[in-house]
Amino acid sequence: MVRLPYTTALTTLFSYGLLFAFGQLRDFFRKLIDWFRVKDVKGYAPICLGLEDFYVRRLYLRIQDCFGRPIASAPDSWFDVVERYSNDSNKTLQRTSNTSRCLNLGSYNYLGFAAADEYCTPLVIESLKKYSPSTCSVRVDGGTTKLHTELEELVARFVGKPSAVLFGMGYVTNSAIIPCLVGKGGLIISDSLNHNSIVNGARGSGATVRVFQHNSPAHLEEVLREQIAGGQPRTHRPWKKIIVIVEGIYSMEGELCKLPEVIAVCKKYKAYTYLDEAHSIGAVGQSGRGVCELLGVDPADVDIMMGTFTKSFGSCGGYIAASKEIIQHLKLSCPAHLYATSMSPPAVQQVISAIKVILGEDGSNRGAQKIARIRENSNFFRSELKKMGFEVLGDNDSPVMPIMLYNPAKIPAFSRECLRQKVAVVTVAFPATPLLLARARICISASHTREDLIKALDVISQVGDLVGIKYFPAEPPKIAEADHDKLE
Amino acid sequence: MEVILPIANATAAAIARVSAAFNAPHARAVVFGIHIDGHLVVEGLLIAAILFQLSRKSYKPPKKPLTEKEIDELCDEWKPEPLCPPIKEGARIDTPTLECAAGPHTTIDGKEVVNFASANYLGLIGNEKIIDSCVGSVEKYGVGSCGPRGFYGTIDVHLDCEAKIAKFLGTQDSILYSYGISTIFSVIPAFCKKGDIIVADEGVHWAVQNGLQLSRSTVVYFKHNDMASLASTLEKLTHGNKRTEKIRRYIVVEAIYQNSGQVAPLDEIIRLKEKYRFRVILEESHSFGVLGKSGRGLAEHYGVPIEKIDIVTAGMGNALATDGGFCTGSVRVVDHQRLSSSGYVFSASLPPYLATAAISAVNHLEENPAVLSNLRSNIALLHKG
Repeated sequence: MVRLPYTTALTTLFSYGLLFAFGQLRDFFRKLIDWFRVKDVKGYAPICLGLEDFYVRRLYLRIQDCFGRPIASAPDSWFDVVERYSNDSNKTLQRTSNTSRCLNLGSYNYLGFAAADEYCTPLVIESLKKYSPSTCSVRVDGGTTKLHTELEELVARFVGKPSAVLFGMGYVTNSAIIPCLVGKGGLIISDSLNHNSIVNGARGSGATVRVFQHNSPAHLEEVLREQIAGGQPRTHRPWKKIIVIVEGIYSMEGELCKLPEVIAVCKKYKAYTYLDEAHSIGAVGQSGRGVCELLGVDPADVDIMMGTFTKSFGSCGGYIAASKEIIQHLKLSCPAHLYATSMSPPAVQQVISAIKVILGEDGSNRGAQKIARIRENSNFFRSELKKMGFEVLGDNDSPVMPIMLYNPAKIPAFSRECLRQKVAVVTVAFPATPLLLARARICISASHTREDLIKALDVISQVGDLVGIKYFPAEPPKIAEADHDKLE
Repeated sequence: MEVILPIANATAAAIARVSAAFNAPHARAVVFGIHIDGHLVVEGLLIAAILFQLSRKSYKPPKKPLTEKEIDELCDEWKPEPLCPPIKEGARIDTPTLECAAGPHTTIDGKEVVNFASANYLGLIGNEKIIDSCVGSVEKYGVGSCGPRGFYGTIDVHLDCEAKIAKFLGTQDSILYSYGISTIFSVIPAFCKKGDIIVADEGVHWAVQNGLQLSRSTVVYFKHNDMASLASTLEKLTHGNKRTEKIRRYIVVEAIYQNSGQVAPLDEIIRLKEKYRFRVILEESHSFGVLGKSGRGLAEHYGVPIEKIDIVTAGMGNALATDGGFCTGSVRVVDHQRLSSSGYVFSASLPPYLATAAISAVNHLEENPAVLSNLRSNIALLHKG
């Protein structure tokens, strides 16, 4: 967890207060001016009432050009960012046809499969010609092709579970599976910083939801004891089943989950575990098999393992891996399997080829090289950033590293200045993070070379000095240079 | 002896004082002709007694929280249900596995079969031009887009596709989603919050029902495709209720119902909507590219100007032979979704080759309106026979 220094908290609150005050003033004048203007939609309640979209209108629109930047090439380690301009102070943005080549520190391209790959792309094109871009049918009625069954077996083998099932989109996987597993009378205990798809799935299931403190097995144990002893709310009947949902790598913190302790607690209290490995599958672990391999947990101890193919495999979609009975039950009752168009066949082929490269079954050792490179890159980058004095979150070996910004004015400053120097970063603010803890999030890829990383470090260091986010004292440059020499 | 005397004197003095108080002039009162002596003293004693009782703590049975040992015992006793129920014997487990594209003729287990299961309405599976454009897209952009729309996942083909769809339908703007069913169940919660009123058809499919449930609004169902029932429901909800002016109200219907195949009578719905001031959310997954003279959907079929429908959503996995979905409407409607629709903000964007396939499919539809007449004659043939 992040510790906020007192003075930083005060200045950040002051900035937000100022922005809020200005926003209210502008709203007041807007209301005055609108009194005299004729309204053409009479009788319909407005889409957003009052303060519902205050944050969007008055705070987000000012820095809209830092988000949603379009690109004109593959999201590889270097890509073309389309330039945009605005005539009405950022309310609308127009595209130009100019692009600038920037270093990509924002896309989820952990193993470098985003661009055309020498092994994967020919196979994808072949499957495109054979199976065409879509099957236009649901999985149960003619949407299952040989590729789908092959990938399900491959994923099950890769992850270490008996059986797996595919879905066309990672978000839908979580939202549609959790209601199938747990219903009314059950309890879901989820980490406080879980992703929105898990929150939606938990809400849609009808079960009671309780939250435990982020990454704290001790608090999880407390919550479990209290809930089992107390039973269902109001009736105090015993719970039907309890599921604990955690993620492998938390995308906004870059932290790894404390999986062995969580599994031990769940086994003791007979709760089921659900592990969401969206960011960690393929990116961590000795052979890329995710958080279980990295932390030494047997996959048989986790009841349900979920993951997505968007991040490390350069495709789209999600999967669930569990025991044969659970997968058969899901295939019969999950609406995302029964009513949704099946995954696009070329995307399936891309994942099959990517997993084969990672496992080394394509006849080369590129997979092992990629995994070693991403680990090296992440550790190097993180240690260098910490030496420069930035406040970097996350554990070692995790390819996601957030750099704390805190102040709302530093968000657009950092983002725009880095773009001017040809480095594209992602900045995140409220509501994806708590109000006071805005950050810039770096995602390292296996396709970044050492020169790319050194250039990125230079630019970030310069911009960091300009913007003033080096909250910790930097290490003296003599030691930093010696380390540089050692690594080279 | 010496102790008793002072005590006896003190007691006598006290009694004398009390009697004097009783007999003092101001202690006498006359109530209804009855003399009451010393009432002030009695009142004073009563007040003292009341104050004494008030100052004592009230009786509460002591709370006994569970001890650690008791919690341990409860945890040991508790038995959870199995994670999935046992599979029934007759449940179907095998699904047909295709060995080539899901076109009108396909191969299953080596046999050639005629495919009536895919929603390939315009026959665009296997179309050479579309596949060529996809191949070009894969070579240029790779397969996946590796990020959500807000963080470098917006590729120029997405913006081109959105502009193309908006131009084709004649609306102001549109927004792309990365999966067909996630379109409708992200759009509904983005616009309808707790306290809003939604009037929906009974026969809407699972994704719409899920969206209605996630939105937490008050949902009232009307009989499937029955306009009289819709009119009476709207009348009941708005009759005499002044507060409905301030609440957001929506009607959710599908153009062609997935579960029953019926077509919704759009002109009736628009007339009712304008009378009662509701907004319409129209789900056009199965009618986009199918109904209307040039395939522009239900609005063209009934000759209703598209501006009258507030929100149109469709999944592209049917007529357009690609994957994903879009939502179109006025600029306000579309811009609102870019920040508050969860399936758009928290999910990776559509793979670029599928967006290219969508653009090529719409181009093909614009250039060859003859496919629609083919489709219609086939439908008529099957209906007759």
